[in-house]
Amino acid sequence: MYSEKVMDHFNNPRNVGEIKDADAIGKVGNPVCGDIIKLYLKIKNGRIEDAKFKTFGCGAAVATSSMVTELIKGKTIEEAMKISKDTVAEALDGLPPVKMHCSNLAADALHNAINSYLGKSSEEEPQAETEESKGYLDSVSNDQ
Amino acid sequence: MNKIYLDHAATTPVAPEVFKAMEPYLTQFYGNPSSIYSIAQKAAMAVSEAREKVAALIGADDEREIIFTSGGTEADNLAIKGAAMALQNKGKHIITSKIEHHAVLHTCEYLEKYLGFDITYLDVDDEGFVSPESVAEAIREDTILVTIMMANNEIGTIEPIKEIGEIVEKHDIYFHTDAVQAVGQIPVDVNELKVDLLSLSAHKFNGPKGVGALYIRKGTRIVPQISGGAQERKRRAGTENVPGIVGLGKAAEIAGEKLESKAEEVSRLRDKLIQGIEEKINEVVLNGPRGKDRLPNNVNFCFRYVEGESILLNLDMLGIAASSGSACTSGSLDPSHVLLAIGRPHETAHGSLRLTLGLDNTEEDIDYLLEVLPGIIQKLRDMSPLYEG
Ligand code: FES
Repeated sequence: MYSEKVMDHFNNPRNVGEIKDADAIGKVGNPVCGDIIKLYLKIKNGRIEDAKFKTFGCGAAVATSSMVTELIKGKTIEEAMKISKDTVAEALDGLPPVKMHCSNLAADALHNAINSYLGKSSEEEPQAETEESKGYLDSVSNDQ
Repeated sequence: MNKIYLDHAATTPVAPEVFKAMEPYLTQFYGNPSSIYSIAQKAAMAVSEAREKVAALIGADDEREIIFTSGGTEADNLAIKGAAMALQNKGKHIITSKIEHHAVLHTCEYLEKYLGFDITYLDVDDEGFVSPESVAEAIREDTILVTIMMANNEIGTIEPIKEIGEIVEKHDIYFHTDAVQAVGQIPVDVNELKVDLLSLSAHKFNGPKGVGALYIRKGTRIVPQISGGAQERKRRAGTENVPGIVGLGKAAEIAGEKLESKAEEVSRLRDKLIQGIEEKINEVVLNGPRGKDRLPNNVNFCFRYVEGESILLNLDMLGIAASSGSACTSGSLDPSHVLLAIGRPHETAHGSLRLTLGLDNTEEDIDYLLEVLPGIIQKLRDMSPLYEG
């Protein structure tokens, strides 16, 4: 069900671990499934020098975490702020529909870390995907 | 690469004898059992033989009490909706448990939502047992049906169906049990259990997919849920799935013969697996009871600090097929309702691994799993923000 890229990042996740003297840390829980990511950043002169993560989550959660760290290393914080969940999902050649919410996790952690670094309280609530209705009993349309 | 299949509660391979028994009914005796010419009559006879074999496996007095369905889910739907519709003038209260299979839970919710039924969902204890007393307490004037599973598909708890049957029997209430995980694994006798309705499914005990049965005790009224021809004594319309039914019959026959030896062998592997995991990996919790109240083929653990899908993906890379929660829910994101009902916290419930054994598993399979699992769990824990090391 996962793309080769996802499986590659899941099997050999890049940048797993912690940064002891991190300049910014983003920790978020996915409101949809309860999975958790902690992202550590080392920032110098407005540029992300190093990034590491720890993730408790599904295959997609691990792969998106790994991909985010790759995408942001060497970027300025302005550039990094522009990375969205779609950027991450695309970089992994897509995610299965039921797993799209997983890409929120890494992107939210990134924004959360940078905002806290910039001294903004980042209580912008991570948003849950709501494209799918939860109740199985709600009438089902035929076009699935 | 190794191929080790440890997901027999999801489905099992069709036994070679079963496949052989089915084949002629696909190619040679393909007649519709309702027709009168000989290839059709041959098919009709095979269906009736299969009915006898299924009846024998579950101790039914009369083979006419067996209604073939498309599987366990349909049998559950027919039992619950069928009884509810037949008895709704008498009352609209149904008692079930929080750890039923979704085929039962969602059917109950359907009756709640569309037909105004009132459902009591009984709690279970931390090993997943429904207490017979709680059933007795929940019974009301307007209760028409009690439906409690015989054995849980995720954590293997074997429920005290006989004790519950004795309570329900004192009232004018139907008693249904979803025995999909039990039939073919442990002895099942409808008279001893005092059930009026019992669901079973062929592919859980080396029969084919797409066929199952509902036992309906003589005199039990149900409203058919599929309308059409007069098949299955007007209880389930539609041309019989002859090859499937023949396969179910053969699987039932074999299951009956092997019941004891299989349970003994499989439970030995089960206990070896449980013991090995507990010895080799720390911070694990066994879900469900130990010993004789646990299905012989079921092992289910929570590994703290790690998430289930990640464990499965790692096992799959080594050729091991297992499951987390239950296969039916893997499309959804909620942690297992069963693990939450036995009191596991949300993150712990997320890290469950279910290994279910079958006749094709060997001692070496277990050794291999025990060899690779500790490393996988450690790798994932090292990656987990919840783990302090
Ligand atoms: S299921 Fe939780 S992040 Fe994927």
